[in-house]
Amino acid sequence: MIDAFFASIPAMILTTGLLVGLSGALLGTFLVLRGAAMLTDAISHAIVLGIITVWLLTGHLSGPVQLIGAAVTGVVTVALTHLLQRTQLVRMDTAIGLVFPAMFALGVLLINLNARNVHLDVDSVLLGEIAFVWIDTVPVLGHPVPVATLALAVVFAANLGFVALFWKELKLAVFDPALATALGFAPGLVFYALLSLTSITAVASFEAVGAILFIAFVIVPPATAFLLTRHLTTMLGLAMAIAGFACITGYVLAMLWDVNIGAMMAVMTGAAFVTALTFSPRDGLIARGRARAAEAQGIDSLTLVIHLATHEDTPKAAQENTRTALTRHLGWDEARARAALRRALDAGLVARATPRQDDAPQLLLTPEGRARAATLMAPRVRAAVAK
Amino acid sequence: MLDLLASYTVQTVLMGAVLLGLISGALGAFAVLRGQSLLGDTVSHAALPGIALGFLVAGGRDLGAVLIGATLSGGLAALSVMLITMRTRLKPDAALGVVLSVFFALGVVLLSHVQGRSGAAGAGLSTFLFGQAAATLRSDLWMMGGLAGFALGLIALIWKEAKLVSFDPDYARALGLPVARVQAVLTVMVALAIVAGLQMVGVILMVALLIAPAAAARQWARSLAGMVGLSMGFAVAAGVIGALISASARGLATGPVIVLVATAFVLISLAFAPERGLLARALARRARTRSLRADQVLGTIHALARSHDDPAYKAELGMLRTRHRAAARPALQRLTARGLVREVAHPPETTPHWQMTPEGRARAAMLEQGTARDD
Repeated sequence: MIDAFFASIPAMILTTGLLVGLSGALLGTFLVLRGAAMLTDAISHAIVLGIITVWLLTGHLSGPVQLIGAAVTGVVTVALTHLLQRTQLVRMDTAIGLVFPAMFALGVLLINLNARNVHLDVDSVLLGEIAFVWIDTVPVLGHPVPVATLALAVVFAANLGFVALFWKELKLAVFDPALATALGFAPGLVFYALLSLTSITAVASFEAVGAILFIAFVIVPPATAFLLTRHLTTMLGLAMAIAGFACITGYVLAMLWDVNIGAMMAVMTGAAFVTALTFSPRDGLIARGRARAAEAQGIDSLTLVIHLATHEDTPKAAQENTRTALTRHLGWDEARARAALRRALDAGLVARATPRQDDAPQLLLTPEGRARAATLMAPRVRAAVAK
Repeated sequence: MLDLLASYTVQTVLMGAVLLGLISGALGAFAVLRGQSLLGDTVSHAALPGIALGFLVAGGRDLGAVLIGATLSGGLAALSVMLITMRTRLKPDAALGVVLSVFFALGVVLLSHVQGRSGAAGAGLSTFLFGQAAATLRSDLWMMGGLAGFALGLIALIWKEAKLVSFDPDYARALGLPVARVQAVLTVMVALAIVAGLQMVGVILMVALLIAPAAAARQWARSLAGMVGLSMGFAVAAGVIGALISASARGLATGPVIVLVATAFVLISLAFAPERGLLARALARRARTRSLRADQVLGTIHALARSHDDPAYKAELGMLRTRHRAAARPALQRLTARGLVREVAHPPETTPHWQMTPEGRARAAMLEQGTARDD
């Protein structure tokens, strides 16, 4: 049973993808909340330089040395960016955009120059190939486990441990760095640790999904979860669930259409994002559009109430306080007038009166409607509006 | 070197580098000023699915189709970022990251689909990741030239509006300018600049050619026109120098070399630009410190003179040193050069003494009242 699991290539590919997705979601939740999502972009490009530098120095393309190198690269990238920004000669976004392309370009050139010796080409660093992870295995307890999968499992455990251990510190550092500093929690240190883990995870992931696709696994599931909830714990759980969903569906679709598996998994995180963006009950585009429309209707119905109150008991009331005046005098189109009137009727602010012989049907204010108009038109409110 | 310049391919590449520099330099200046540096990164990565689609539709590596596809997907990405930023609580950088990674992933999926279908021919597509300057054709130059003409013409046409919207969008809105439309035009132009560089620099590094020349130019320029002009100059120079280096050495991809040259321009500018540069600022700080020390020493002599009730009091170097340490001697030299103190003998003592000149007394009095001007 266990042997069958480790011998099965699909199982290994899926496990690897899931580990990338879950590790990314764990860290990404805090990065997205902190507003540092684009630092992930910078780090994931910059580790190309880290990978080739460590290879040139030690000859290892994977293993613990690479992971340490990655942590250093990540810290260096972020520190350089901050250094550049602190000169106040360039803005933060420009600083990011200057540092990582330079490091990336240097990394690509070093790979170019050593192309004959290094078993590493730029395309594979960038895009990865999750389908080949099973080729390189090490025996663990008698089972052949893919090296990349094993490394990812270790990294996942480390990320999980970090988040569990420093939950309180992370939460504070993300939501209120000033308070965290005041309480003596060193949010800067926590933040750098978070970014170091991010680059370690990036290096562990690049063989599977590549340096750039890794960004999708870090940013997109947490951003999707962010649209669905306002609780940190729920967001973290949702992000991991979305990552898992994207890995499984992405794998199935990639098999079906014969396309790059890692990329298809990343695309599925995007599909989840678009779904949440459209349909999220509170923050989705549809819900927000409805809320805005309802708010506009509410304002229209109050405008109607004020209109009626202004002309009530005046000689013009017979013409002004009618259904047709809404389109003719307030300049509303038919649909808008109907929606505003229905809302005012439903709220019990306005009532229809039975028309006298040749008059147009009258709209009357109910006592509640009159009271409402009085509050709205009270001097205090008028002064506030005039301001 | 001359052999290199005589080569037909190198000439083509150089002309391409010049055209690309003109476009990216000019448009990059606006992107950097408007805080949209990273939008360039997102748009350039997001060009990948468009490239693959253009390839699929044209059925081969047709630059025109590829560029149209890249412009469309880049523009769509820019609009998506705007939509997500405006309509959700997500921070702008999360919006940038989501769009960048999802579009890029879609590009890789399409790429693997194309490569699976057309085999070796599809391999040409991955050159767009890093660009392949040597593959530039003369006919491609016409397209880049057209793009450059269009972009520069458009900037000239909306120069005043673009300037105001870049520096003070609120004021521009108050004046009744179509701010949103101008911003949309400038954003789409970023996509155009990136598309122009796909062939030579590639989607991943193109953002650097957009940002770096502009960031370098910002350090030297005092006006928008100066910044745009300088930025174009830096971008052209980076392109030409980078292309030449990469052509003269085997195995150096053009895109990364161009990016490193542009980055070097930035570092030089940050260090040596007059006024804003780090060196200039350090020198100015040192000059201020020295001038302040000189005034402090003058103040000490003035205080000594007052406590001895002798305006012409001769202060001894050792006394000044107890207060001002090693700074006393250079400060005194500075004061002497400015004619505020003079070195005098005070027999029978042999150590040097200093005495305020009338000008020195006047300055010391002004310093005391806080009416002295810095020099």
